[in-house]
Parts: sequence; structure tokens; C-alpha cells
Amino acid sequence: MAGILIYSEKSKLALELLTAARLIAKGTGLNIKILCINSDKQAEEMVAQGAETYHIKEQNLNLADTAAVASALQQAAGKLDASIVILSSNRRGKELSGRLAQKLDAGCLSDVTSLQVKDGKVQCARNALGGATIATQQIETDMQVIALAPRSFEPAGLQDSGSLKEMAIEIESSLIKVLESRSKAGDAADIEAADILVVVGQGMEQGDMVLAESIARALGGEIACSKPVATDKKWLPEDRIVGLSGKKCKPQLAIILGISGQVQFNVGIRDANTIIAINNDENAYILQMADYAMVADLKEVLPELNKALGY
Amino acid sequence: MNIVVAMKQVPDLQQVRIKNREPVIEGVPFTLGIIDKNALEAGVQLKEAAGSNLIVVSAGNEEVEETIKEALAAGADEAYLVLDDKLDGMESSLTASLLAATIQKIDDVGLVLFGEGSGDNYSGQVGSRVAEILGLPQVGYVSKIELDGTVARITRSLEDCEELLEVQLPVVVTVMGGINEPRIPSVSQILKAGRKPKEILDLDDLDIEIAEDKKISTLSNLAPETDRKRVAVKSVTELITVLQAEGFVGR
Ligand SMILES: Cc1cc2nc3c(=O)[nH]c(=O)nc-3n(C[C@H](O)[C@H](O)[C@H](O)COP(=O)(O)OP(=O)(O)OC[C@H]3O[C@@H](n4cnc5c(N)ncnc54)[C@H](O)[C@@H]3O)c2cc1C
Ligand SMILES: Nc1ncnc2c1ncn2[C@@H]1O[C@H](COP(=O)(O)O)[C@@H](O)[C@H]1O
Repeated sequence: MAGILIYSEKSKLALELLTAARLIAKGTGLNIKILCINSDKQAEEMVAQGAETYHIKEQNLNLADTAAVASALQQAAGKLDASIVILSSNRRGKELSGRLAQKLDAGCLSDVTSLQVKDGKVQCARNALGGATIATQQIETDMQVIALAPRSFEPAGLQDSGSLKEMAIEIESSLIKVLESRSKAGDAADIEAADILVVVGQGMEQGDMVLAESIARALGGEIACSKPVATDKKWLPEDRIVGLSGKKCKPQLAIILGISGQVQFNVGIRDANTIIAINNDENAYILQMADYAMVADLKEVLPELNKALGY
Repeated sequence: MNIVVAMKQVPDLQQVRIKNREPVIEGVPFTLGIIDKNALEAGVQLKEAAGSNLIVVSAGNEEVEETIKEALAAGADEAYLVLDDKLDGMESSLTASLLAATIQKIDDVGLVLFGEGSGDNYSGQVGSRVAEILGLPQVGYVSKIELDGTVARITRSLEDCEELLEVQLPVVVTVMGGINEPRIPSVSQILKAGRKPKEILDLDDLDIEIAEDKKISTLSNLAPETDRKRVAVKSVTELITVLQAEGFVGR
């Protein structure tokens, strides 16, 4: 029977895919198979979650070679008779999804944030027009590749009936050589988990960052930022970015300082419960999407606010 | 050696308004995708270092011919354009076959550059699909590229790590947004851009049929509903009162 094949190199993301796959399986009757590549640890973990697990152990299969991984997935989908392949839309997964879709002559949707099954079809929601709109789309080809935005689904819970089989595939020699791989110095903060966020943008001055941090601390929140604050100015690490290419946050409170409110930013914060925005331009779009909007110069407001909060 | 960069014409998203939750695209001017400008700038820098030729490729409606001038002004030497008003809103798989067929018309291609995502769709598919059609290795989310003879040393930036890779040319690369500061062309460069060579192709030249059946269908595309209080706050004292009333301070 045709099935759903899921794969992510990250166990946590693979478990999110499993949750989504179970949703699709319920609506379509397809069964779920999960693929692991060169990771005994992940394979064991997936079996423990009740998944029908297939493990490719090929030391020559290089995860940095997207073409090779896509070929492995294509072979696995063929052997397992899968018609839907679900990947994660993290960077590796997104890069892989297009290549695999081309190999399978499949339609492909990436960055999918939610899905439902209607009349046997998987309807996917994803941001469009830079995040200004949410499009509901479905794939019409026999083969489908769907890449799910990380953290859009809860990781799957335990189930029994897991099984493990090894799978052999053919690999070609790789044109890509990994010279070095260094981990990024991430910091411990998890802006997606924070109840309160103080989000800073290009309207800030670097010297005032300490004030923003102090305000965040006084409120028991975390500091986050718009993309250019991390990528251009490098005042904060990239894992603090809110938005389309950063993180989608749903805090109780977001205080937004010196951010214009372009669509690619807004999409990461529009689910906040309460939004306070401060901007010196009364026409800044961010003020329109705030519950409380203050037109003011941060140079004046920040010291005063910091003091009022007890510092 | 030729370096190719693929750039997409998109409606200027800052000017798209929402009316009754529907985006209003009509009348919005076209521009080149922001990240595609990063890809172009990466190409210009490599071309200047290696003395190669930089060719921009694009597929879209007839307006692309005008929109692409900016890329020619900012450093591309030539353009290969697939123009047809039928191509408006085409899906990624078709874009990829058109671009791949176009690139196949260019000799001695060493490097093909894409953005990590187009300005409007941001699906990150087209580069990967083109790499597959051309049978080339690919590296996505690139933050640094160095050419050295027949190989490239490329840094891929993932969420939690950076990979330094050595790849045999030719290779397809998609660059990260913000990896460089795209140059702004001068007036004289803009004037000269009109005279740079352009190869205009239509669908017959590429021998590609537009399939009747779409791979993807769009059921709806609406702005999310928002319901914000939009209260004006006049002073820090008022702001503190708000924070207290909402229970965020003095809990
Ligand atoms: C494909 C794509 C993906 C993207 N993804 C993201 C993303 O994930 N996250 C993201 O943030 N961006 C993203 N962007 C970039 C986005 O389009 C904007 O460029 C960015 O959000 C702008 O950041 P900003 O609001 O901090 O800066 P600006 O737009 O420069 O705004 C600064 C604001 O500060 C105000 N200001 C200036 N001085 C003061 C002062 N003294 N007091 C008070 N206010 C002041 C100004 O009025 C202005 O409104 C993406 C872009 C693309 C094309
Ligand atoms: N119509 C097009 N013409 C030229 N390049 C394109 C086109 N569409 C997409 N691209 C390229 O492919 C990249 C990824 O696009 P996408 O898959 O739509 O996110 C873009 O950043 C461009 O470099």
C-alpha cells in the first residue's frame, strides 16, 4: 500500500513530522514510514515512538551533498512505495525538498505551517507575499513533497509497534567535500518560549541596547530583534531574529522598539497576545498593528522607561 | 568562465495593500527580489576577482526587460531573458525548467547563483530544481564563496553550524539574504545598462511546453484577520499604567 515517508536529520524535527504524518494518515489511510540516515541514535528513538523505521547506513553518504541525499530519498520512496514525502523546512530540509521534488517530478510546498486533509487531499497553509498573506495550497501530482516549518507541530508522543529495518541504497561518488564543520555559538535563550519579548530594530542605537536588555530583564522577558540587527549590525545572534526567515513567536507581550513593521518581520510577531510599539515615525506600519502605539524618540523613552521599571 | 545569476522580478511588497483581506497587486511596480540582489552582488565580486563574465537570467512577463536594467547597471555584463506574459505567477517547477534550458544555452558556466528565496514566494525551490535538471552539485544558504581554479570553497550557514565545503565546478549556489551590501549603480552605469547585450528568448526558442495541469493549486490567499486595540500612548507614565493594567508589572 502506498505510504507517507518522513525524513529529517534532526530527531526533534523528525518527531514533529511524525505528528503531521499521523494527521495525514488518519485522513488518507496511508501508512507511515520513517527514514534515518547514518544515525543509530535517531533510529532507536524513532522505533521507541512507534514508527516503522528504515535506516540507511552508508558512511559514504554525505549529508552536505544535497544531490546525494535527494537520491537516497528517491530510492527509499521507490522501495517503500511512498507517494507523500514529508521533510522539515529547516535549511537543509528546504534545500533538499526542491531537489527531491524535481527528481520525483512532484509538486512541492515548503514552509508549511499547518495542514488538513479534505476529500483525501492534503491542504497546506504557508505564508505568501513575504508573509502579508497566508495561502492555502494543495499539490495535484501523484507524488508530493511537503516541507513543514519547524515547530509548527508538536513532537509526536510515544506509541508502541515500532520496528527497525536496514535499507541499502546505491550512492555515487560525491563532488562535495566537507573541509570543516563548526558549530555556531548559539545562546541559551529561546525567544519562542518566552512570555515577554522586547524586540529591537534598526531604530535603536547600539549604546541603548543595554537599556533594552535591562527593560527585558525587569519584565522577566527576553530580548529579540529584527533581521538587520543580527545580520547587518551583528548586535545580537541570529537565533534572536523574529520573522519570515527568523522565528515565529507567540508571546503574551511584545514590546517593539524602532521597527518599521515590514511584512517579513510582522509575520513573526502577529500572533503575540498584546503588542506595544514605540516608533518616532507616526506613519510606521508597526503602529497600526499594535494594541498600544507610542510615537516617540527611543533616545528619550528608553532611559525613562528603564527607570520607571525600577533600574 | 561565465558566472550566471538568476534574478526574479517581483511586485514591490512594500506597496502591496490589503483590501478586505485580499492583496491588491494591480498597479504595484515591479522590482528585483532583495535576496536576488545579494546573489548578484556576490556574482559581481567574484567576477571582479576572477575576471569572468557575469550573465543575469530571468523569466517572467514582458516587463522583465525593463526591471532587469538595474542588474545590468549594478554589474551584470549580459542578460538572457525568457519573456512571455503567460509566465506571470508561474509555478516553481516551470520556472526551473525555463531557467535550466536558458542556462544550457550558455557556454562554459562555472557557477550559477540564486537567492535563498524569491521576494514574493520565498519557497527556496527553484535553485534546487535547476541544479537537479542540470545534474550539478549544489550548496544552499551560502555565506561565503571563493573560486580557486576548478574548485570553489563555499561556506554553508545552517541554523546550528557552518560547513566549509570544497566543490568541483560547475556548481549551483543559493546565497543567504544579507551576505553582502549590494552596490547601488551610479547614473552613468544606469545609462550604459541600456546598451548591454540582451538575449530575448521566447517559449519556442526553449522548446518548453507549458503543461495544462498545474502541480500546485491555490485554494485561497488571504491576509490573516487582525484585531488590535490601537490605543495611542502619550507618555512613559501612561505606558507603565498600561503594563500594570495588563498585568505585566506589579504582578
Ligand atoms: C525574503 C526576506 C525575508 C526576510 N525575513 C526577515 C525576518 O525574518 N525578520 C525581519 O525582521 N526582517 C526580515 N526581512 C527584512 C525586512 O524586509 C526588513 O528589511 C526588516 O524587518 C527591517 O528591520 P527594521 O524594522 O529593524 O528596520 P527599518 O525598516 O530600518 O526600521 C527602523 C524603524 O525605526 C524607527 N526609528 C528610527 N529612529 C528611531 C528613534 N530614535 N526612535 C524611535 N524609532 C526610531 C524608524 O522610524 C523605522 O520605522 C526579510 C526580507 C526578505 C526579502
Ligand atoms: N522567474 C525567475 N527568474 C529568474 N530567477 C528566478 C525566478 N524565480 C526564482 N528565481 C531564482 O530562484 C530563487 C529562489 O526562488 P523561490 O524558489 O521562488 O524561492 C530566487 O532567489 C531567484 O534567484
